[in-house]
Amino acid sequence: MKQSVAVNKSEELKVAGMLKTLLFKINFTLPRLDGKGLARNLLIPVVSIILFIVLWHFGAKALFTIEADYKIQKALTEQGQVAADLTQACIDSGDISCQPNTLPSPAQVWASFNTLIADHKVISADKLAFREKTAAINEKRIAQGKEPITYTGRPSFVDQIFTSLKTVFAGFVLAFLIAVPIGVIIGLSKTLRNSFNWLIQIFKPVSPVVWLLLVFMIVKTMTKDSNQDSAFIISFISVGLCAMWATLVNTAMGVSSVDKDYINVAKVLKLGPLQKVFKVILPSSLPLIFTGLRITLSVAWMVLIAIELLAQSPGLGSFVWEEFQNGANDSNSKIIVAMFVIGIIGFLLDRIMLIIQNTVSFNKNATA
Amino acid sequence: MQVEETVEKKYHQNGIFYPSEKVMLDLRDLKKIYPTPKGDYVVLEHLNLQILKEEFVTIIGHSGCGKTTMLSMIAGLNVISGGNISVLGNPIKGPGPDRGVIFQAPSLMPWMTALQNVMLGVNRVFPHATKGQRKDIAKYYLQKVGLELAFNKKAAELSQGEQQRVGIARAFAIKPKVLLLDEPFGMLDSLTRGELQDILIEIWNKEKITAVMITHDVDEAIFLADRVVMMTSGPRAKIGDVLEIAFERPRSRKAVLDHDDYYKYRKHLIDFLEH
Repeated sequence: MKQSVAVNKSEELKVAGMLKTLLFKINFTLPRLDGKGLARNLLIPVVSIILFIVLWHFGAKALFTIEADYKIQKALTEQGQVAADLTQACIDSGDISCQPNTLPSPAQVWASFNTLIADHKVISADKLAFREKTAAINEKRIAQGKEPITYTGRPSFVDQIFTSLKTVFAGFVLAFLIAVPIGVIIGLSKTLRNSFNWLIQIFKPVSPVVWLLLVFMIVKTMTKDSNQDSAFIISFISVGLCAMWATLVNTAMGVSSVDKDYINVAKVLKLGPLQKVFKVILPSSLPLIFTGLRITLSVAWMVLIAIELLAQSPGLGSFVWEEFQNGANDSNSKIIVAMFVIGIIGFLLDRIMLIIQNTVSFNKNATA
Repeated sequence: MQVEETVEKKYHQNGIFYPSEKVMLDLRDLKKIYPTPKGDYVVLEHLNLQILKEEFVTIIGHSGCGKTTMLSMIAGLNVISGGNISVLGNPIKGPGPDRGVIFQAPSLMPWMTALQNVMLGVNRVFPHATKGQRKDIAKYYLQKVGLELAFNKKAAELSQGEQQRVGIARAFAIKPKVLLLDEPFGMLDSLTRGELQDILIEIWNKEKITAVMITHDVDEAIFLADRVVMMTSGPRAKIGDVLEIAFERPRSRKAVLDHDDYYKYRKHLIDFLEH
């Protein structure tokens, strides 16, 4: 009877503990909003964002004026007063064809953002319509053993984002699968650590571009027979290889620097090697492994843009590059939209990793 | 042969030489050398000590004299430079669950619950018992140390005192022949320390395993021990003196403090330490 009471109580405690950790997490993501906290956590960031936009607005305006003056001056010297007046009038009227090409203002970027979203809606509707139209035919084709007809239209901005996320996720998983096991093995043995150290030190600083070329050389040959698009494979492998080093180094460091007390406990209890690794060494190096994984994810997201750009793989990187090559009037502002989207997604990815880290590891002090 | 004789002689000089069937732990001519760039540093030399079955021995000595070194050598965590250590006549080879250790820091795995921490050792020592039986063993000892409400609390959420209670439960739960305690209460406040001493001695009274405990606290040394072993200051530390504590067991703190011999013992120890 006493036993069961104790168990009940401990169950209650367990639930209370879970609640507490949950509250802790919410509290962690939403800073307390009272008095001083309100000012520090909400007011000041908002003010700083407004300040940033105002500064940007006037900066863009100044650049616009310089560019416009230059354009008018050029028309004046090359074609005379009439042409200069015409250019002036054209710029003032806001006609797209003669706007100076410079840093877009916040309002322009916002407009481009809305254009991109509207464009996405149009394309999505188009896609849906296409799917409905081809549904019957595709069923027939599948029944006949033929490939179904797929939508081959232009991807929207949002589609590009998801393609990039897919690539980065695949690259991250690859980095995780390579770096964590190797890091653990290297961390466990001093000899291996010493013998692999030079390799890590040499490959760690290699530029993403070089990794891409290396992967390209190998994958190109290996996928010669298949008619599959190898751009995705090349880009995700390159992303993984570029980004895995932080995890590798941190895992090896975490595993090799486990608190001596824990190792002594494991020795006294005579734990077997597998038990020692899974019950003592890995859990205690989790904080460092996760720090490595967070760096890996942010590096992966950062190099992704450059790699997509070079590998001709669809995604945000190629979006930016195409817009730059395109040179349409709103290209510059679309590039800035992409920049913000890349930044915000990078930030969100890091936050997600932080939340996972705080959930799985015993060290609750990890912060940004 | 010559060496054997001198060792025997030393035992007699120290007045500690017991028939082998009574001895649990035997330290013979133990030596520990730490190599340094300036040459070898001899921490322990000619250290002879016999600890009997079911005996509680406390070890006191100045900081840095090599007490912890000696204890970790007994635990098998530190390499022996010379001489030997045997448990029931068998020389030790590395660490093992026949010698439980309670460390100065609780050294619990912070990502595990109190129960899991105790189970870690129990699983290892009783691999043939069913999971339920092993859990019962772990729960029994956690109850013994007064943590029946904290089975499923993460070690990191426990207070220092509670963590060291788990440490005690973990050490007893693997049913060692010898329990080694390295200043286990040194980091606790005096109230908690008293509580834990009571818990320790209560479980020990029941289990009657041999215990060797390092302490800095003279009162703790007297209250817990059958014999207090005093170590000389290093380098080349050895056993300086041994004091038998003749109080009856089970002891109560009050009875011990009121006993006439208590201050005699205390004076003996303090004289040695201030010498």
